[in-house]
Amino acid sequence: MSFLDVLYFIIPSAIFYAAPLILVAIGGVFSEKSGVVNIGLEGLMVIGAFVGILFNLLYADTFGAATPWISLIAAMVAALLLSLLHAVASISFRADQVVSGVAINLLAVALSLYLVKRIFDKGQTDFITERFARYNVPFLSDIPVIGPLFFTSVYNTSFFAIAIAFVAWFVIYKTPFGLRLRAVGEHPMAADTMGVNVARMRYIAVMISGALAGIGGAIYAQTITNDFGHATINGQGFMALAAMIFGKWHPLGAMGAALFFGFAQSLSIVGSSIPIIQEIPNVFLLILPYVLTIFALAGFIGRANAPLANGKPYIKGQR
Amino acid sequence: MSNRMTNLLVPIVSVILGLLVGAVIMLVSGYNPLEGYAALWNGIFGDMYTIGETIRQITPYLLAGLAVAFAFRSGLFNIGVEGQLIVGWFAAAYVGVAVELPKIIHLPLAIIAAAVAGALWGFVPGLLKAKFHVHEVIITIMMNYIALHVTNALIRTVSDGGDRTENIFASASLRSEFLENLTEFSRLHLGIVLALVMVGVMWFILEKTTLGFELKAVGFNKNASQYAGMNVNKNIILAMVISGAFAGMAGAMEALGTFEYVSSKGGFTGIGFDGIAVALLGMNTPLGVIFGATLFGSLKYGALNMPNAAGIPIEIVEIVIAVIIFFVASGYIIRLLLLRASAKKKEAK
Repeated sequence: MSFLDVLYFIIPSAIFYAAPLILVAIGGVFSEKSGVVNIGLEGLMVIGAFVGILFNLLYADTFGAATPWISLIAAMVAALLLSLLHAVASISFRADQVVSGVAINLLAVALSLYLVKRIFDKGQTDFITERFARYNVPFLSDIPVIGPLFFTSVYNTSFFAIAIAFVAWFVIYKTPFGLRLRAVGEHPMAADTMGVNVARMRYIAVMISGALAGIGGAIYAQTITNDFGHATINGQGFMALAAMIFGKWHPLGAMGAALFFGFAQSLSIVGSSIPIIQEIPNVFLLILPYVLTIFALAGFIGRANAPLANGKPYIKGQR
Repeated sequence: MSNRMTNLLVPIVSVILGLLVGAVIMLVSGYNPLEGYAALWNGIFGDMYTIGETIRQITPYLLAGLAVAFAFRSGLFNIGVEGQLIVGWFAAAYVGVAVELPKIIHLPLAIIAAAVAGALWGFVPGLLKAKFHVHEVIITIMMNYIALHVTNALIRTVSDGGDRTENIFASASLRSEFLENLTEFSRLHLGIVLALVMVGVMWFILEKTTLGFELKAVGFNKNASQYAGMNVNKNIILAMVISGAFAGMAGAMEALGTFEYVSSKGGFTGIGFDGIAVALLGMNTPLGVIFGATLFGSLKYGALNMPNAAGIPIEIVEIVIAVIIFFVASGYIIRLLLLRASAKKKEAK
């Protein structure tokens, strides 16, 4: 296998694994930029995956080829509703946001498995019939080198995820809404003084994170596993959290980190059929994203600073 | 109502609310909640065997709860109990398999190995927190995954490509014939004694030693502790190390008592995360941890009876546990409501 062949093999699968991570990591950026820590991303992804698969199985006959896309909407709504629980706890009830996130994670897995067993009478769902299709982008896939790398047998969801990253960057850094969002996360009291409704901004941010995490979970389930069981998501949400931090709480940084982690994941899965890489023990590829995140946080790879008010409930009038 | 009373009432109200939510979910999804909870009750207290198994389940919860609570008291949130438990599990099983020694040396050695492994896994986030001010929550989450993948790889190496190690030598086992006979041959083992001793150890460290005083002081106010001449960095690292050691011992309970081997895992055991629930419910006190571990350990084991006896998926109990955590975390609102209720009573008088 030549080097280029290896790239043709590995890059598309890296992008394919990265797409859900990008969306969920961007969701995390929104939430944490507003000052709400969201450890619950994993759980929100789980609910997204479950509802996505369930909707797909139930309505595949009605909607035909459009089913996976409509499932994304269903998944988005479900995860958004669950994220409201996190929002209420951490914004209105002043709960410890990490603890609330842990509760969301436990709840999401338990609730979706409970429903799977109730509906299907077994530990996992059936396999879906309508899934996202791979296709070659016309014309673009004929470009030498770039064509086979980025435009051959791709999923539309990957383009969608990358587009969302740019939209998120624009919203957070170029719009008044984004300015308020960041202000609320850095110095809520100053924002409040200037007439920004801190609680409302944070609610919106957490709901956006829920919506994106739900879509991410549904994409993961409908492209990679094609069914839902207890191990479907298995840490992808935490990997997205890692991507968010490694990307320094910046939407495009998070996208880059997610692409890189997708690369590491796909290497650990398909790497055994590539020379050189098959010499590296699998475990190093598996732990790479986590180790890198620790290095990034420790400041070995530039300084990663969280939004200043991240994790602190805002109590009016309290200094 | 006194402050102390409200503090006690929050967990109790949370548990009741959690069970209520569970009942509503069972009702809505077409099951009979009374039947469900009866099955749960029988799964916990049905006969001597189930009681033995319930106590066995409580054992690692005690230690995992201690680990989370101990870190909390020093102002640290150790989500890494899960990872520290996994490395402890592996270390204990490895020592149990690799050598054969007289019991008096082998068993303590295996337990110490687990504690040291867990302590090491806690040392890393502690060091990073102290030296680089990195938030321990994220580091410990990452360390969990590193623990999972690394131990899986180690198990494969130790067992020549297999999925699990051999059973440990009897000289490293916590099994006790006396306890087994007492409980109709459940897997109840001597670990429960060790776990209860550790509850005492935590109480002793926190309440009776200078170290404990300093740890609590750092937990309350870092700057004040620094000003008073305490070494804050040293205390942060020590808190994580001791917390990790408790978590590692929880792993030893599984390695030397319940399973007597370690197998590679597709996902987490969940004990570490439930430890957070145990500590929260127990308000991070040693005595409270006993209460929390007993409740969650019983619920977890009793749930196994629910599919057979009532046809209800065991996940209902996990839902209940998640809801309880949610309410305990939202203690502010429960406190507020309790205060309002008692204020109204006063007015009526």
